Amino acid sequence: MKKPQTAADTRPWRDPGAKPFVRIRNVTKKFGDVFAVDDVSLDIFKGELFCLLGGSGSGKSTLLRMLAGFEDPTSGSIEIDGQDMASVPPYRRPVNMMFQSYALFPHMSVEANIAYGLKRDHLPKAEIADRVAELLRLVKLEPYGKRKPHQLSGGQRQRVALARALAKRPKLLLLDEPLGALDKKLREETQFELVKIQETLGVTFIVVTHDQEEAMSLATRIGVMREGAIAMIGEPTDVYEFPNSRFVAGFIGSVNMFEGVVVEDEPDHVRIRSTEAGCDIYVNHGVDCAPDQVLWFAIRPEKISLSRERPEGDANIAKGMVEDIAYLGDMSVYQVMLDSGKRIRVTKANALRGDPDAISWDEEVYAHWGGNAGSVLTS
Amino acid sequence: MMRRGWFLPIVAALGFVFLYAPIVSLVVFSFNENRLVTVWSGFSLRWYTALFSDPQILGAAWLSLQIAFVAASIATVLGTLCAIALVRFKRFRGRTALTGMVSAPLVMPDVITGLSLLLLFVAMEAAFGWPAGRGMLTIILAHSTFCMAYVTVVVRSRLSDLDLSLEEAAQDLGAGPVRVFFDITLPIIAPALVSGWLLGFTLSLDDLVIASFVSGPGSSTLPMVIFSKVRLGVSPDVNALATIIIGIVAVGVVAATLIGRRRPASSS
Repeated sequence: MKKPQTAADTRPWRDPGAKPFVRIRNVTKKFGDVFAVDDVSLDIFKGELFCLLGGSGSGKSTLLRMLAGFEDPTSGSIEIDGQDMASVPPYRRPVNMMFQSYALFPHMSVEANIAYGLKRDHLPKAEIADRVAELLRLVKLEPYGKRKPHQLSGGQRQRVALARALAKRPKLLLLDEPLGALDKKLREETQFELVKIQETLGVTFIVVTHDQEEAMSLATRIGVMREGAIAMIGEPTDVYEFPNSRFVAGFIGSVNMFEGVVVEDEPDHVRIRSTEAGCDIYVNHGVDCAPDQVLWFAIRPEKISLSRERPEGDANIAKGMVEDIAYLGDMSVYQVMLDSGKRIRVTKANALRGDPDAISWDEEVYAHWGGNAGSVLTS
Repeated sequence: MMRRGWFLPIVAALGFVFLYAPIVSLVVFSFNENRLVTVWSGFSLRWYTALFSDPQILGAAWLSLQIAFVAASIATVLGTLCAIALVRFKRFRGRTALTGMVSAPLVMPDVITGLSLLLLFVAMEAAFGWPAGRGMLTIILAHSTFCMAYVTVVVRSRLSDLDLSLEEAAQDLGAGPVRVFFDITLPIIAPALVSGWLLGFTLSLDDLVIASFVSGPGSSTLPMVIFSKVRLGVSPDVNALATIIIGIVAVGVVAATLIGRRRPASSS
């Protein structure tokens, strides 16, 4: 299932002996009677780019604010670099934060904004000037040092905020929706720049985002949050290909979900009878379940193939009719109405230009997939 | 469309006439040579000369300026603290009471404010001998109290517009709470402090009723002196005095506007 660990593996979370850099232990935060964060435990390692992903109100921002020290946990403990953070005020933590609104000081120039944290450390003037120049170079804003924040574009402000947060060379940088206010094109460019900066400086990043694509492309690991709790922690491929629940499968990417009942439960395979799919579902590995148990089969749109002829086999084949096709250029999204009455989504890469033999509207098709193509979910 | 061409300018002109005609006539007649205020008999500066040789008016003007300056300054400090308490501390004992008390002087008739302050000062003097008698000190105290309400209103609205994450960002970069206040909060709300101070200064300079209640012998403010002079008949030197005050206020307003304009729009 997973790639074997090699000698050059830079993924400390796979090593049970590795010492985490940030340790969150059973942290709970209540606002009145509402649990904003509910018993979260999380280890984050040095050099990671960890994404906290969740919808609004999932508690991801509250967790980040507790790391920065702006909120105190109701219970539980937070350790950064081996030091307990309880009763350490925000201005004494080895942590810097980049705010969603950027929070640039409007009455100070770009240079003064970046230098603010360094001045608080009482560094000599010459060193501050050097460091500011270096940071302006890093974020490619050298000509803009004398400007005020309101004279900059959104993308430039974002980079000033990043430079200011990096100025004190924090061991841990917290980023709250760092790309949220940028338009799509700029966001994609900035994503790569952010990763590059993170890799060059070797800083540990914790990024909060609601954008699953952003999380997938940035993160070394993703923590999916739901209603204050962690729903799943894993590498992007794990979270996408091997989700642990219907919530995670549905939250990240699009997914087709079939409810079914276990009819064969063997160590090397499982057969699920699904009236929703209108066929048996054969899974070519063992699953922790019991006969007659109700469970769900989740399969991604790109893992399903369509054909006009019925393929060989007695499972994983569902007949239906093409209802709609959305042509997106690089791929097409087929909406197929199965004979069982369930609608599914199938995507197909457009490998040929203007393929005359492509499956078209109102055609009868067989949707089929391999024994390893989807995930069996019990919750 | 044609109507719009002349309708708006005419209405605007009438509006300006309504607002400024009395002031213009006052300024013009301050340069009148005649002893009778309403009869024009030629240009002269004699009333200005008369004004500057009248020790009673000069003394009252100086007293009023001192009172306005001190009262506005005290009111700005207290009003700002009050605004911070109301905006930043969402829950504390007596918050509702404070909110109500702060806005009370805005709606309370001056007569009642003046009378109640007078009674308070008399009772305080009887109880522990301070403030001894009534005079400049009691006027300053009275003016600070009611100006503070105005400052609080002005600063409070500016403060609630202030993005809290700015202060958090400064803390995050290593600034303690006091530092954050002086580096971030104060510069950003400074325009509100300036306009709050100017408001307090003008209100204090302008006040007749409250000052009449709490002042004592020998401490008549400018409005009190003018009022008592006018009761004996309008004399042209009051016109001259009014013109000077208008000039000072106009310069102050223009300066405040220019200062305000030089500051960029703050919240990003």
